[in-house]
Amino acid sequence: MEDQNPSISTSKLLLWFFSISACVKLLLIPSYHSTDFEVHRHWLALTRSLPLSNWYSDETSPWTLDYPPFFAYFERSLSLLAHLVDPRIVDIYNGLEYKANSVIYFQRISVILSDLFLVYGVYRLTRNLEVKRRDLMWVLIVWSPGLVIVDHIHFQYNGFLLGWLLLSISCLQEGKDLMGGFLFAVLLCFKHLFAVAAPVYFVYLLRHYCWKGLVRGFGRLSLLGAVVVAVFAAAYGPFIYRGQIQQVIHRMFPFGRGLCHAYWAPNFWVFYIILDKVLTFFLRRLGFSIQIPAASFTGGLVGDSSPFAVLPRVTPATTFIMVLLALSPCLIKAWRNPRPGLIARWISYAYTCGFLFGWHVHEKAALHFVIPLAIVAVQSLEDAKHYFMLSIVSCYSLFPLLYEAQEYPIKVLLLVLHSILMWLGFSALFNEESATTAANKKKGTQFKTKGSSEKGGFALGWVGKSYLFGLLIVEIWGQFLHPYFLGDKLPFVPLMLISIYCGLGIMYSWIWQLSRILEST
Amino acid sequence: MSSLRERQMGKKKAVTDDKVDVDNEDDLWWWLIQRGVGASFLCISVFALLVRVAVSLHPYSGAGNPPKFGDYEAQRHWMEITLNLPAKEWYRNSTTNDLSYWGLDYPPFTAYQSYVHGLFLRTFDPDAVSLFTSRGHETYLGLVSLKLLMRWTVLSSDALIFFPAVFGFVSVYHTGRTSSRKTDITWHLAMLLLSPCLILIDHGHFQYNCISLGLTVGAVAAILSQKELVASFLFTLALNHKQMSAYFAPAFFSHLLGKCLRRKNPILEVSKLGLVVLGTFAAIWWPYIHSTDAIFGVLSRLAPFERGIYEDYVANFWCTTSILIKWKRLFTTQSLKTISLTATILTCLPSMVQQLLAPSSKGFLYGLLNSSLSFYLFSFQVHEKSILLPLLPASLLALEEPRAFKWLTHLALFSMFPLLCRDKLVLPYMALYSLFTLLYHAPGQSTGRSSTNKTDYSSVASIMTGFLYLCSFILHIVYLTMRPPEKLPFLFEAIIMLLCFSQFLLFAFYANAKQWLLSSKRSTTDKKKKFI
Repeated sequence: MEDQNPSISTSKLLLWFFSISACVKLLLIPSYHSTDFEVHRHWLALTRSLPLSNWYSDETSPWTLDYPPFFAYFERSLSLLAHLVDPRIVDIYNGLEYKANSVIYFQRISVILSDLFLVYGVYRLTRNLEVKRRDLMWVLIVWSPGLVIVDHIHFQYNGFLLGWLLLSISCLQEGKDLMGGFLFAVLLCFKHLFAVAAPVYFVYLLRHYCWKGLVRGFGRLSLLGAVVVAVFAAAYGPFIYRGQIQQVIHRMFPFGRGLCHAYWAPNFWVFYIILDKVLTFFLRRLGFSIQIPAASFTGGLVGDSSPFAVLPRVTPATTFIMVLLALSPCLIKAWRNPRPGLIARWISYAYTCGFLFGWHVHEKAALHFVIPLAIVAVQSLEDAKHYFMLSIVSCYSLFPLLYEAQEYPIKVLLLVLHSILMWLGFSALFNEESATTAANKKKGTQFKTKGSSEKGGFALGWVGKSYLFGLLIVEIWGQFLHPYFLGDKLPFVPLMLISIYCGLGIMYSWIWQLSRILEST
Repeated sequence: MSSLRERQMGKKKAVTDDKVDVDNEDDLWWWLIQRGVGASFLCISVFALLVRVAVSLHPYSGAGNPPKFGDYEAQRHWMEITLNLPAKEWYRNSTTNDLSYWGLDYPPFTAYQSYVHGLFLRTFDPDAVSLFTSRGHETYLGLVSLKLLMRWTVLSSDALIFFPAVFGFVSVYHTGRTSSRKTDITWHLAMLLLSPCLILIDHGHFQYNCISLGLTVGAVAAILSQKELVASFLFTLALNHKQMSAYFAPAFFSHLLGKCLRRKNPILEVSKLGLVVLGTFAAIWWPYIHSTDAIFGVLSRLAPFERGIYEDYVANFWCTTSILIKWKRLFTTQSLKTISLTATILTCLPSMVQQLLAPSSKGFLYGLLNSSLSFYLFSFQVHEKSILLPLLPASLLALEEPRAFKWLTHLALFSMFPLLCRDKLVLPYMALYSLFTLLYHAPGQSTGRSSTNKTDYSSVASIMTGFLYLCSFILHIVYLTMRPPEKLPFLFEAIIMLLCFSQFLLFAFYANAKQWLLSSKRSTTDKKKKFI
């Protein structure tokens, strides 16, 4: 390690950042994992033992394959390795609920290694960036607490998938539109939930890539179309060929699920439900006879009956239209002036809309916009302040995923560490900048850059501070005061409080992002 | 007087700060250090806590292994004993206190700590500390298991004692050093707080070393800031938490004595210190000082001579040479006691003499290293885990001796490898080992860890260390994958022990030489000053 010269190669440095987090993730291997662990294990077994035509029709386990084909292929390639490690992992019958060390180590390490995709995406994004912003973005993405909680404790492959998204964004930012579109199509074939950003991609690519005169434009459009069709053909072709496509679609879009997940993701529908409850309460007080619906929200599965007593029923189509409506200002902006510099902001905004208004949204989907927003966060002081708040709120909203006492200190420490790192990083970056601008203004005079708490420094206003302080109160109430005062009564209240309180923060973030997009020229 | 000193220190700090501002332009860690040492301490300590919590997910010693379990059960049993019996009964064999089942064999301060932690446990799970019935209690109750509660007691002790002590030490140490840059301070903090051996033993294997070591670090910080009385108080506490802290006693004794002898009124100074030490001892031993029988009863528990001169395969002199010389057969325990005591004192003596003649802060740190090393190598009844004690001063000296510190950490980890394998802690061992290596070689430091000492290291030496690294790497793999031959079931342990011992011995020579070179260097600079 002869590092006398300051220009150490970027990739080596980034790998250092990655390795530090990998060590912590290795230590977390024995921690709690959710049923998603068994889901992914079953998919390994399924793709290994069954012929392709049965992948989407098998019913050995309730955890049927509901990701698009590329993810199935990914699991299939992992299963080849898994077979070498321990054949029982990929045994479709004997492997059910298999909990040996071999399977835990194999799957955990596969997540850790697949994070290298994320690292590569970050590398592509930051390689031409100014050193300070680059370091900060690494801290925000590679050491993201949300990813650790969801991927490495709860168990999923979001880091891997977000790697594709970041790669695609980096291509778009560099002007390689075709490549960006291709990567996004690949991502869609890994996980279709990412499709929320498809309208943005469509409008942007149409205007920025294809809008070049009639002949050339048409040529480019058909090229782009061909690429996308090729990707989809590679993914779905084998299933179409075997006549399975209907079954695949059926599995991928289970609209039988309810509007909200068992734990309400902190989005718009939380307020809708609350409003319904409040209205019911008051109208009944006023003497109206209103039937309380049989379906409940906490069960996760909602049948045909409407769960709302007063307000109109929400269908998947409603949510779809709401998402599109929320997206439209951004689409108009993208149509008028398709600038590569703003694409990260637009894509994050699209995922925010999907999170707020979507059907059956998981709290985990918050990662889809928090991670790409890190690209925006290092651009200006205002963005940094917004990101600081949003990142803390979204990470906090993931807390109910890990409900065991064993992981309690881990999630709290992860969030605290992340907040400290953000605070240090942002204040160092922006205080220094404001100080240098101040110094530049007073050119000539020997101005000491000491008092950095001037106007431009990184500091939250009192609203932000009190909001974040409120998070602490919500947490203390849910963890300590509620069990102490109320015991087992009203067990859903702490979770509901978290949803509502985080929902406020994310609604604010949505409005803020929207206004930033409208402001931008 | 004190305010003047503070002002001087403040000035010095300001000077170093200014210097730092100039030369950290293209530093990778600009954002971490920009808010000052306090902020980076906060950041690193939260990370260190996270690592500790993550390690504590792993099994502890003797988990699910009746009838005697391991250190974890010992600590739990002490909580049970101290909570249910009066203090006078704690060290006495009786129908209610069976000393053959993990009898209390640490000094009274440990017993008090067990009592406090026992109270904490009782509020959550009374069954876990009830007399007799709680033996081997490992059940899960609801969401909070006993393992978790026990882990949290270690974690809180670490955060409340070791962390502040390290912060105190680092802030004192670096105000005294003019050449420290902010990145160096941050690096040093990380090295101290993320020492893999300490984390593995305390939060993996399960012990409370963080308390005694934290008190020792606090005492060292007090000595560096010229607060001798506080230092002797803290060190006496450490000594009363674990008798093993006596490994450091020669260094403390010689340094303090050497300093007192240089003052106006040596006898007064010495008696002040003596009074503090005796007073602290009296307070801690209060339940026992009423009768000599009680005192000797406790003392006999603290010195378990019947366990023999060495245990398992510890890389010290007695165990290693027992391959050739069967000490246990040749000598009685009584004569072995005298032999080992003489050997220990003789090997401590050089560093003690140096501190008596020329007490200095740096020399004191080397003295700590040397005395603890000679205790580790030559004293009676040493355990593998005792390597933590020499490792502590080595990590305090990490900025002076980066290479030696890295080498010692490597060997210390390696020497504990068989023990940690038995505890099923191989995964955290590997993770913490790599974390240490990564942090040690943290990129972006313009004064690299290796470049400063380059001149000291000839190419032969670096080839040698490279070869030894390779050997230990192969041994790790061999130990994990291969079975030893039937005739020699402990072959691999013996090889690991031999390798580590040879290096520890070399290290002891090196550290002693460095300490003596300090005073010779100083005298030459003094002479030069006189000439000028």
